[in-house]
Amino acid sequence: MTLHAWFALLTALVLSGWAVGALRRRTGRHEAGRRFFRHPTAGWGIGVLAFFVIVAVAAPLVTSFDPRDQIDIVHLKSQPPSWSNILGTDVYSRDLWSRVAFGARISLIVGALGMLVAVTLGTLVGAVAGYYRRWVDAVLMRGVDVGLALPRIFVLLMAVALFGRLPLAILVLVIGFTSWFGTSRLVRAEVLSVRERDFVAAARAVGAGPARVIFRHVLPNAAAPIIVSAALGIGNVLLLEAALSFLGIGVAPPAPSWGNMIADGAPYLASAPWTTLFPGLAIALVVMALNAVADALRDALDPRQEAM
Amino acid sequence: MTEPLLRVRDLKTYFVTEQGRGTARAVDGVSFDLYPGETLGIVGESGCGKTVTSLSILRLIPEPPGHIRPGSLIEFEGRNLLALAPPDLRAIRGNQIAMVFQEPMTSLNPVFTVGDQIAEAAIIHQRLSRKAARARAIEMLTLVGLPDPAERVDHYPHQLSGGMRQRVMIAMALVCHPKVLIADEPTTALDVTIQAQILELLERLQAELGMAVLLITHDLGVVAGQADRVVVMYAGQVVETAPTTALFDGPLHPYTEGLMAAVPRIDAPKSRLQAIPGQVPAATAWPSGCRFHPRCPHAWTKCTIEEPPLLGDGDHTARCWLVQEPGRRKRQPETE
Repeated sequence: MTLHAWFALLTALVLSGWAVGALRRRTGRHEAGRRFFRHPTAGWGIGVLAFFVIVAVAAPLVTSFDPRDQIDIVHLKSQPPSWSNILGTDVYSRDLWSRVAFGARISLIVGALGMLVAVTLGTLVGAVAGYYRRWVDAVLMRGVDVGLALPRIFVLLMAVALFGRLPLAILVLVIGFTSWFGTSRLVRAEVLSVRERDFVAAARAVGAGPARVIFRHVLPNAAAPIIVSAALGIGNVLLLEAALSFLGIGVAPPAPSWGNMIADGAPYLASAPWTTLFPGLAIALVVMALNAVADALRDALDPRQEAM
Repeated sequence: MTEPLLRVRDLKTYFVTEQGRGTARAVDGVSFDLYPGETLGIVGESGCGKTVTSLSILRLIPEPPGHIRPGSLIEFEGRNLLALAPPDLRAIRGNQIAMVFQEPMTSLNPVFTVGDQIAEAAIIHQRLSRKAARARAIEMLTLVGLPDPAERVDHYPHQLSGGMRQRVMIAMALVCHPKVLIADEPTTALDVTIQAQILELLERLQAELGMAVLLITHDLGVVAGQADRVVVMYAGQVVETAPTTALFDGPLHPYTEGLMAAVPRIDAPKSRLQAIPGQVPAATAWPSGCRFHPRCPHAWTKCTIEEPPLLGDGDHTARCWLVQEPGRRKRQPETE
């Protein structure tokens, strides 16, 4: 690690701490914001997420090696952490820290985009089912039942069989298309209750059409559980991506993702445990942070506490 | 008289009950006319079908479980609202016929500013730009007498009191200058002083905008002060209809008499209030014959068997056999 990489890393740490503070100040004015930060792990969760996002964005600055570069295949193979390679090197003599940092880009993007696709789809299907009820609801929800009953990994294996090696965009879509079932059930339940509220009838009475009623009046009032489920969902998608890459059908090497790093290191678990430990740690940290944030969000956005 | 603006004929709105066993005949053959510029009061106890009638006019009945029976007619300016396609119906809702709801606390969307909600109808029906719609919202807030309209327009519903919210609801309903305003118990949830202000406001706006108002209430005092004509409903039917003064001078139906006796008076010596014995029967099982007979002090055999039509002459009619046989009327037991 060069001096300026260390410096950049330090800056990233400071910056993530500052981001937590800024967010706390900014939301402190609202009751919900104060409730959020009253959660003991919420600040830490935000901090960890901010740190990984900053590292992902500034990956070339905080690292000194190209993540695909085999530095010295003879002498620097499977080296434990040292001053020049702070997390050590893997079996192909690549700098692990560089790969974790650049892997964060791919893993976080796949997680966020995959969840975006899933939440969008799930919200649409759930809202339509809950709003129209009757046969629309029955048809859509039986479809969701089928989707929930299908083992996801087989669907993904089928996609691999169709496409061969999955390009990143397809991977995101496939993950998104197989992750929305739970969200749609949640949204449906929420819409079923919101649609009975008086202001929905009032909106229909001023002449709003179904689309306007659903998107302007029903969904914004059902946003809290959707946001919470999205925060939890990113963690799940991240794990799914890791699992797929571990099985060799996710992100294609040599591009680094946390999942295929674990796959690369798995055979050497005994001789070079750091090659799997650090990407595994990164996944665990981000997923835990997301769960902590989702937990705090659920408490903060719970409308039953609004009056307090 | 001129052509009625809104004609309701034999309106029947039924609800299938939860178990699918019974049918609640919430509105069962209601007919009335609403003329341009007048205020028509619809009065009745809770559960007599007032609200369902008003929701049926805009076809806001949740379907299922509710449905409007074929054979019903709701005609607005010669067009049958029950036969309109959804887009045509939406073009009328909020634009030609608008509605003020009972509960100002829950009828506003908590996540939007009141300005956004007032502007909504204008954006939908008149395709106003957001900026023009905002200006219109401020104008409407001024019209309904909300203080600091330019500031209030950006407030959220929870920042306003009940009376202010009801003013906002009225502004929301009137933004497109509708020809008919349906006000469903607009003052029930408010305290008395605010109630008077809101009624005064409605009266003023009606005069300014020249609209017809369908005022639905359980409060005879409100009707006496506001309405030109009154329709009294009981058990899903119209039981009496009359010009307001005629109704208060001489009610024909024992139910209307009962309602009036149940209003406390400050000009009479203190006495116990007269309640109508019993309750409105369940809508799944209306009584045979006259639906009021189990609670009626004058009922005789004919009332339990044969259902009376609306009897009487001209503009004062009642669904009661006493109109034909006044001799059967019993002396009130507690005559002063």
